[in-house]
Order: sequence, then C-alpha cells, then structure tokens
Amino acid sequence: MSSAFASSRTNGSEIVKELAFFAVVALLMSVMILGVETVDRPTGLELAVRWDLVLLAIGSTVVGRLALIIRRESISRLVQAVLITITAVAVFEMFVRFRDMDDRWASPVSFDMALSSAVSSVVALAFIAIVFAIAYFSMKEKGVVEVEESEKLSSKIQLAYRSNTKKIGLVGIIFFIIFPFIFGENRSAIDLATLVMIYIMLGWGLNIVVGLAGLLDLGYVAFYAVGAYSYALLSQNFDLSFWLCLPLAGIFAASFGIILGFPVLRLRGDYLAIVTLGFGEIIRVVLINWYDLTGGPDGISSIERPSFFGLADFSRRVPEGTIGFNELFGMEYSSMHRLIFLYYLILALALVTNFVTMRLRKLPIGRAWEALREDEIACRSLGINPTNTKLSAFAIGAMFGGFAGAFFATRQGFISPESFTFLESAVILAIVVLGGMGSQIGVVLAAIVMIGFPEMFRELAEYRMLIFGAGIVAIMLWRPRGLLSFRDPTILLNMSQKEKVAGELK
Amino acid sequence: MDWAYFLQQLINGLTLGAIYGLIAIGYTMVYGIIGMINFAHGEIYMLGAFHSLITFLICQAAGISGILPLTLLLMLFVSMVLTSIYGWGVERVAYRPLRGSFRLAALISAIGMSIFLQNFVQISQGARVKPMQPLVEGGITLMESANFDVQLSYMQIVIIVLTFVLMVVFSLLIAKTSLGRAQRACEQDRTMAGLLGVNVDRTISTTFVMGAALASVAGMMVTLYYGVIDFYIGFLAGVKAFTAAVLGGIGSLPGAMLGGLLIGLIEAFWSGYLTIEYKDVATFGILVLVLIFRPWGLLGKPEVEKV
Repeated sequence: MSSAFASSRTNGSEIVKELAFFAVVALLMSVMILGVETVDRPTGLELAVRWDLVLLAIGSTVVGRLALIIRRESISRLVQAVLITITAVAVFEMFVRFRDMDDRWASPVSFDMALSSAVSSVVALAFIAIVFAIAYFSMKEKGVVEVEESEKLSSKIQLAYRSNTKKIGLVGIIFFIIFPFIFGENRSAIDLATLVMIYIMLGWGLNIVVGLAGLLDLGYVAFYAVGAYSYALLSQNFDLSFWLCLPLAGIFAASFGIILGFPVLRLRGDYLAIVTLGFGEIIRVVLINWYDLTGGPDGISSIERPSFFGLADFSRRVPEGTIGFNELFGMEYSSMHRLIFLYYLILALALVTNFVTMRLRKLPIGRAWEALREDEIACRSLGINPTNTKLSAFAIGAMFGGFAGAFFATRQGFISPESFTFLESAVILAIVVLGGMGSQIGVVLAAIVMIGFPEMFRELAEYRMLIFGAGIVAIMLWRPRGLLSFRDPTILLNMSQKEKVAGELK
Repeated sequence: MDWAYFLQQLINGLTLGAIYGLIAIGYTMVYGIIGMINFAHGEIYMLGAFHSLITFLICQAAGISGILPLTLLLMLFVSMVLTSIYGWGVERVAYRPLRGSFRLAALISAIGMSIFLQNFVQISQGARVKPMQPLVEGGITLMESANFDVQLSYMQIVIIVLTFVLMVVFSLLIAKTSLGRAQRACEQDRTMAGLLGVNVDRTISTTFVMGAALASVAGMMVTLYYGVIDFYIGFLAGVKAFTAAVLGGIGSLPGAMLGGLLIGLIEAFWSGYLTIEYKDVATFGILVLVLIFRPWGLLGKPEVEKV
C-alpha cells in the first residue's frame, strides 16, 4: 500500500479520511432533498423515501472524489478515464432511477418500501465497492508528463487556430451556406440550424458589449424583446412589412440601449451587471402587465411572416395582387421554401453582424472599446470619453439584439414575455464567455455546443436544464477563459519588442 | 390618510424586509471577502425553505409536530445545518477553482450553479407549489379603526425577533471572535492575511457557510409566513436581496439589514398604495437610482480607484 503512494505526499489513511469526509458531506446534502420526496395528496403533503438515491449520490461523490485524488496523485490516465466513465455511469444510473420512481411516489412511507429501497441500495453499494477495488489496486505512479503533453497539445491547437482564423471562418461560412442543400428536406435540421443561428447572432451582438467593450450585460434579452415587440406591434397596428420594420426594430432597440445606458454606464462592472439584470426584469414585468398594448402574458399571435423581399409570398394561397414564391421561380409549392428562406435570412443577418463587428474593431471607436476594456484610467488620461464610448458599444450591441428580436418574432409568428426571461440573457452571456470573450468563432462554437446539443437531446426532457447548468460550471472550470481563449486586443505592442522589454527588466 | 392602513403596511413591510435582510447578508459578506456576486445565493435560500418544509413533514410523520417549540427549533437547526453544507459545497465546487481566474468566469459559473440547483430541486421535489399549513397562528390586534383592524401576527413577531437575535449574534461573531477577525483581514487584503497565518480558504468557506445559514433561516421564515414554496422562489428573492445589499452599501453588514428593511418597506407600501403588479419595477427602479447617485450605498464607503 505504501509503495503505491510512494511518490506522493498523501498516504492511504489520509485518502480514506478524505473520502469519508466527502461521503458524509454527500449524505448530508442528499438526505433530505434526494432522500425524501414530498407527495401532493388531497389531505396535504406526505412523504416517500428513496434511500437508494442517497446511496447513489454518496457513491458517485466518493468515486468522483477518488478520480480527483488519482488525478492529483498523478496516476495513469487510462485509470483516470475509466474512473471518470464509471462516475458518469453512476450519475446516469441515478437519473434512470429518478425516472422509474413514479409508481413508488404514489404510496406514503412504509417499512416495506424502505426495505425494498435497501435491497437495491445493496446492489448499488456492491457496484461502488467494485469500482473502489479497481481504483485502489490499479494506482500507479505515472502521468505527470502526460498532463504537460496535453497542455502542449491544447496550446498547439490554439496556435493553429490563431494562425488560420480566416480559413476556419471561411470554411464555416461555406458550411453554413451549403447546409440547406445537405439537409434540404429535413425540417428539424433546418429549424435547429435557424435556432442556433439566432443565438450566434445574439452572441455576436453581445460580444460587442461584453467581449470588445468589457461591459458586463446581464439583461441583453431586453433588447431582443424590444426588437421582437416593436416588429410585432408595428406590423399589427400599422400594417408595416417586415422589411420596413427590421431597421426600425434595430433603431428602437438601439435607442433603448442609449436610454438605459446613459445613466448606468458610469458604474463599475458588477453594478452594471445587476442594473442591466434589473432592466431586463423591468421590461418583462412591463410586458406582462401592460395588457392593452402587449397583450400581457397571452402575448401577440399571428404575426405576419416575411415576404420574399416584397416580391413574392411564401404561403400556399397567396393574397390578391401578389405572386407566390414558387410561381416566381417556376417551382412546385413546398412549405420548406419559407424555412430555408428564413434560415438564409438569419444567416445573412448574422454575417452582417459579424462583418460590422470585424470592421468596427479596426476603426478608432473599436480600438477605443478594446482600450477601455483593458484599462479605463489610461483611456481617460488619453482623452477618450468613457461614457460615450461605452454608450456606442451598448447601442450597437442593442441594435443587433433588436434585429435578432424582429427575426425571432417573424419566425415564430407568436411572442410572449415567456420568451424573454433572465435565463435567455444568461444563455447568451454564457455563449459569449464560453466561446472566449471577443472571439467571433468561439461564439459559433459555443452556440453550437450550448443550443445545438441540448436541442438534440430533447428526450432528456427535464434533465436538460440540469445538465445545462452543470455543463456551464464544468466548462468554466475546465477552460475559465473560454473554449477558444482569444481576446487579445487587435493591436498590441510587437511581441518581440515586448519580450525584449521583459528581458531588460529581468 | 388612514393611519391604521399605514401601520399595517409598515408591519408587513418590516417583516418582509427582515427576510430580505437575512438573505442580503450572505451577498454582502461574500462580495466583501472575494468581490464576487454569489448568484446562486437565492437558490441556497430556496433550499433552506425546502429543508425546513421536509423537516416539518418528518416531524409530522414522527408525531412530534404537536410540540410546537420543539418542531420549530428542529426546523431551524436542521435547515441551517443542511443548507450551509450546500453553501460550502457550492463554493468548493464552482468558485474556489476559479478564484484566481478573471472575474467573469466566477460569475458565469455561479449562474450555471444557480440553474443547476433550481433544476435539481425541480426534478427531485417536483415543479408544483408546495403548501405548508400555518404553524404559528393568531396574533394581536394593535388598533381598531372604523373599517380596518391592525393585526400583528405571532408569526411576524417571531420573524422580527429571530432576525434581530441573529443579527446581534452575527455582528458579535464578526466583531469579537478570531474567526470574524480573520474574515475582516481577508476582506482587506487576502494575500497579506494569508502571509500572516490566516487560513484564507477556510475563512472564505466559513463566510459561505454563514451566509447560507442565514439564508436558510430566511427560507424557513418564508415557508412559515406565506405557507407556499416552489423551486423558483430563489431567483426573485435573490435579486431583491442583492438590491438590498447594494442599497445598504455592499460589504457592510448593518447596511445589508438596513437595505433589506428599506426594500421590504418600499415593496409593502408600493403594493399597498399603488399597484401590486409593478412592485418589482419599483424595487429595481430604486436600485438604479441608488447606483446612479450613490453607488457605494447608504452605509458603504466610496471606493477609490487605484492605478
């Protein structure tokens, strides 16, 4: 036993102590929330027990901790991988048990149930014991070098990414353009791609605010909502077309950004975050309660769909005086045409967002944003007006949010305050931060990971958001600076110069 | 003006404010010591409410719910202990590894944690609203007017007294004990405190535990006071409590309590005299006004930006 841990400072009994400690913690954390279920009854709430879940929680905690210990004590990576898989299996098992519990929830506490619960727990315990044994006997002293190698590998990937950004971007654009040709007949694939694209656009819009200007905005969804509602209301009350409303929605959202931003942009990071969060909530509360204008919680339905640039219509029965899209191009009518058109529309909008951002970065205003993000005091001493500069970033970011909102309204045909909760803001912000703040391609990657994957795993139903939350934490722990951590200012002091200076200082 | 109505709103507002104040202390302590917004704190409060509800149900099943003081003490104790372990665990899992990283990382991680905890409780306890029968009933009629009797319920007395006692205990803890001294030291300069032999990690953990314990008391009081809880109560209460902490001056313990009371009063009077629908707008409006004109809060000190 001692030989197994010869290279490390921790000995066997300390590890056992550590594991026992975490087992107790897991027990205390799960004993009520997992171990006891409150059942709704006509007479009030009743209890049902499920000790197997508690045991599984303890088991997976212990195994997980063991995996961490093994990692810390630098054991071979194969064992690490196996253990992590087993932990995953244990956690998964827990979820499966969660699901099968329905029939048992129906009956109140009884000794029989506690007993049957205990029998299945013995099985779970045996499972954990086997895992423990495997882990215990397979510990070896190895792995430090490998960890370093993996770090080298990740920095290599980053280097390759940085030197080929343009190529990667081009390939990405081409992929998204030919996407409908590959999945042309697959309605759900196009729908999903459109959804991901909306979030990419929102992510790029927020990236101007958070990534470039360094302003933490937790209420971005407010501008999205303003865009969506301005299109819906303009189209319903004044009968304006989508193509006219799109710029108007952007302008409205941008003015909202300026109105909200003007008083609060003098605040420092965290305060700004909370105020923007507050504004996001205020807008939602107003939307719910201003029944005459917004329809309250019922929302606005049957919002007009966009036409083909005012030339042709996508519906099967076209209104008087217009022609159908299929007639215009002499094709058979297909309901897919509209979906594919919408996909290209959001793709174009997103690319415009990206293009504008990339150009803005090279303008004095973009440079000022980045400089402000790096050091506000230095900027002030150089004569940059921080409030105006931040305000411009806020307004431009809001404008793109407004465009995306108008598109969202026309795509869904129905909007309600439910679509604009804080969770949306959090998701968009998470996309920006997970992608690596300021990185445009990172946003695409993060949007696919965050929106695409959970949508694909819709069968997981209620566990989706649970895994989503845990996933955010996990990615943050794994890569705190984002998947592609590329947020250097566009221009920097020449690297070789910098090193020289550093060398002299040494 | 109807004084009876005014007095009633005052009582309701103070009760609500006491609850917000207890949650706000958790925000303010954590912000003071590591400078981050613990976004999952509202969820901790929600877990406290669930723990106390389940403890009560267990007491009921065990047949000791008739002895009211014992039940209340058990609820208080169990939910404080179990919830503070959640506070500890959240810090350990989601924040500690990111402490040296850039600030946004911890905030995003906290948001993820908040989503996780909310859904965790939703799945394990169900999405429906959980009713709770009133345990402490009755009250005192303070004033009788023509059309309105001012009621001070025993529950409100319990809430206000308990909050007051906890505030005194925690103020003493911070001011007099070595733990409190270590906390204040970490607040001023973590590196220096570490060099001088303060166990920084442990101090920060304790801060989270203390904040969670207070939030769990708030959760228990809400369960008893309103009689309904669900998995979503943490978000709004959390944001309002944070507003309270900022209003009072973040980092200041009496400030958090004062801010909580003010937010509670504003909410009660706004719903009593104006519209009940827009009470949240009023709260956030106050927050914005405070931040614009006095970003350091009522009792805080202005921060000097250093190069």
